[in-house]
Amino acid sequence: MAEVKMVSLTIEGRPVTVPDGLSILEAAKTVGVLIPHYCYHPGLPVAGVCRMCLVEVEKFPKLAPACATSVGEGQVVHVHSPKALEARKGVLEFLLINHPLDCPICDQAGECELQDYTFAEGRADSRYREPKRFNPVEDFGGDVLYVPNRCILCTRCVRFMSDVAHEPVLNVSERGDRAFIGKAEGHDLTNPWAGNVVDLCPVGALLSKDFLNRARAWELDRAPTICTGCSQGCNAVAETRDNVVVRLKPRANDQVNQYYLCEVGRQGYREFNRRDRADQPLVRQGNALTIAEWDDAIATAARVLAGQRVRVVVSPNLSNEALFLLDRIMGAAGGDGIFRLERGEEAVLPGAPDLALREERAANAMAARLLGFTEVPSVGPSIREGDVLLIVGDHLEGVDAVDLDRAASIVFVGTAVPAVLEARAAVVLPVTNLLEEEGTLTNLRGRVQRFLQAKAAPGVARPTWYVLADLLSAVGGEGQFYLPAEVFAALAATHAPFAGLEYDAIGLRGLSLAPAAAPVDPREGVA
Amino acid sequence: MGYPHPSHPRETPILSKYFGDPEARTLAGWRARGGYEALEKALNTDPQELQTVVKDSGLRGRGGAGFPTGMKWSFMKPDGKTHYLCCNADESEPGTFKDREIMRWTPHGLVEGVALAAHAIYAQTAYIYIRGEFTEPYARVCAAVEEAYAAGILGPNAMGSGKHVDVHVHRGAGAYICGEETALMNSLEGRRGNPRIKPPFPAVAGLFGKPTTINNVETLTTVPYIIKHGAEWYKQYGRPDNPKSIGTKLFSVCGNIRRPGNYEVALGFPFKDFLYDLCGGPLDGREIKAVIPGGSSVPILTREEAEGAVMDYEGFVASGTMLGSGGVIVFDDRQDMVRQIARLTRFYAHESCAQCTQCREGTAWITRIMERIRDGLGTAEDLDTLVAIADGMSGKTICVLSDSCATPVMSGLKKFRHEFEAKIAANPSVVTVPGAFRASAA
Repeated sequence: MAEVKMVSLTIEGRPVTVPDGLSILEAAKTVGVLIPHYCYHPGLPVAGVCRMCLVEVEKFPKLAPACATSVGEGQVVHVHSPKALEARKGVLEFLLINHPLDCPICDQAGECELQDYTFAEGRADSRYREPKRFNPVEDFGGDVLYVPNRCILCTRCVRFMSDVAHEPVLNVSERGDRAFIGKAEGHDLTNPWAGNVVDLCPVGALLSKDFLNRARAWELDRAPTICTGCSQGCNAVAETRDNVVVRLKPRANDQVNQYYLCEVGRQGYREFNRRDRADQPLVRQGNALTIAEWDDAIATAARVLAGQRVRVVVSPNLSNEALFLLDRIMGAAGGDGIFRLERGEEAVLPGAPDLALREERAANAMAARLLGFTEVPSVGPSIREGDVLLIVGDHLEGVDAVDLDRAASIVFVGTAVPAVLEARAAVVLPVTNLLEEEGTLTNLRGRVQRFLQAKAAPGVARPTWYVLADLLSAVGGEGQFYLPAEVFAALAATHAPFAGLEYDAIGLRGLSLAPAAAPVDPREGVA
Repeated sequence: MGYPHPSHPRETPILSKYFGDPEARTLAGWRARGGYEALEKALNTDPQELQTVVKDSGLRGRGGAGFPTGMKWSFMKPDGKTHYLCCNADESEPGTFKDREIMRWTPHGLVEGVALAAHAIYAQTAYIYIRGEFTEPYARVCAAVEEAYAAGILGPNAMGSGKHVDVHVHRGAGAYICGEETALMNSLEGRRGNPRIKPPFPAVAGLFGKPTTINNVETLTTVPYIIKHGAEWYKQYGRPDNPKSIGTKLFSVCGNIRRPGNYEVALGFPFKDFLYDLCGGPLDGREIKAVIPGGSSVPILTREEAEGAVMDYEGFVASGTMLGSGGVIVFDDRQDMVRQIARLTRFYAHESCAQCTQCREGTAWITRIMERIRDGLGTAEDLDTLVAIADGMSGKTICVLSDSCATPVMSGLKKFRHEFEAKIAANPSVVTVPGAFRASAA
């Protein structure tokens, strides 16, 4: 790699040394100085139009836009000087003169940069005495609603659609204060990535129809998670209100999804709000499944599995930990594992490196394969006469009862009991869904990423890894696990592709599986 | 010459010599008047030498900013890259109509200048961007370009020199902002005519991302004369005591004046003589109240200030305004300055490209207040607000449209505040506390 020239400057009295060519705005971030801005976004080409990031640079004749001004050797930058502050105050007042100030009914309130900066630095009152401009709300198609009166014309949405999605559907129409975001005639925001304009919008001008009036931003609880819509493994934030997931938003990760999340991923949260959840362990007594204690249910399940030809049917959305424990259970009880995989059309986001809604519509098929599970085109035909089925996470949609009838016995581990199993399952072990537990997933590029718990499980449902760890003990398998980190450590210790990884070191942005040929970091792997 | 009036003896007609002479429009006529001699000479001269001559002549941009032309050209080096020349013929500054007459009467003069400049900056391709509303000038320039191609003046072997010079004429769609050089380039590229952030400057990355020089019509039309007669010849025009402003300049005069039209004078001409002698002064029984000397974007002068001004770059600056594009707008004592300024701000509000916040919102806000005061519904606090808005709009945006809108308001409020106050005082809806806001006037 060529030597990068470094430049030293001073920002708000703090010495900074950054690579040449970086903007003052980005350089300021490195020392914890946030220069207020609207139109700038690290994932988009610089526009320099909102004029909010004007800073005072000593020896410059005028205030400079921090987003569009490169750092220079010896520069002295003042972000909060009276002159810069006055300019920002001016911008805020200008932005608000035609703004309806309808924060009480605006979805963006609480996470609105216009609100935040006005609160922090704006004038307490407006000197505007004239009538405000009015434009009607417009449906942009897809999941997007445009409220032009709130728009500050930062053009992030326009630039996203043209420069990242490569589908220039949006534009700035008209001139002067009559300008608004226009949509190309006959086109809608139906691009699978178009929903990102809602997140990119710094104000309440672009709204998600799905989230419309659903919750106030400050009432939401947030937890980092991984999208399970496909094998890309986009980093996301699950937002819940009163234990109900209300939306999934992207979480920035340069290595995986930049700042984006596709429409399939965004809409996938509904699965985690199912109301028909199994919340008690069930054991068959005669014709009925009856509520049982966990210990009894686990013991019964172990008895069913013991000494039989076990076929494990898993969901490729199970965590690495769950898949690993199943691998151990198969080792102890015997048997083999299969999974099926839903496929769909790939949808690339051309402006971002290696980012697409992938064909494989499950989050962890990579790990399932690495751990020796075999993909089958469909579950039903793979059931052999006399099999004992251990079904984990696969809810048997589309599986024929006739096929299931070939099984000698069925142990079901899942979040809701499929109708076909009500008369057939011997034991039902209710588990949490992905947003109710923690663990790791492996994406299609072999990146291991952690997800954290976003909501509470119903009833006495337990995390999948926890239930499987108990089951492992009950079938006499090796290992006692009380934390997902312990499960992961065992996985890393026994499976070469995961070697060297540590649960705590994975962090929130993930780490890659070490490819066999990859150079070894001298700090690691020293015996 | 003071077209459409007969030339005044105190004018120095160089560019305007053939205004009103239909024969000068044709190639044959232009050649008979000495046209294309400079181009032929130039095409056989090293571009570096041409740049030096223009630099030595002291010619400065006639579009408004007054940047030294030779210096601008000298940014273009023989670096093997594709270069472009743009001719800014999007003359849309209110009160300015000099380029229009150049294109109407001496289109070959422009084509010659464009071809010459293209060669001088190592470009093979030049674009003439003509304001959309200019139907006749567009037709004239197109005809001249066609004639020049047919005669081998333009094309792969321009005038037999072996140099390749292509000239394309592009017609704008009627946006004022496309006269801003980078907006013009965006427009030429087929994008929305929004000004670009500088840097990078056009000399580094201009049209289609390539090094580009952009000059005004009047500037380019002047160049052949300089090449033909030499830098020393050109230097004779101008004040002997001000070597920074050299040459002649076309001033287009309009408004309440006896003989509106285009006048070409040597820089350094006394503005008082210009207004009263050349242009004939105000109409009978009237008196000049105010003058905007360089297109609507420059500060307004009172009569007294105008009468003391000297017509060159530094002279107008000394009087608190700018030479600008040379569009002189004269207001006599009948004019309501509030109404006039409101009209100007409305123009800018209409033409703002909507990129920068201050400009998009500020131009419209100022206009609403100005029109309210104009309609007799102003209040005392409006004047403070106007100053605050104008201040917030100045020097903070990508281009200077925002500043251009603030300028007439600032200078109008400074120099004609009494007219604003009189309108506000007459506002029936304002209850004035005796001695409150009038205190400052006392």
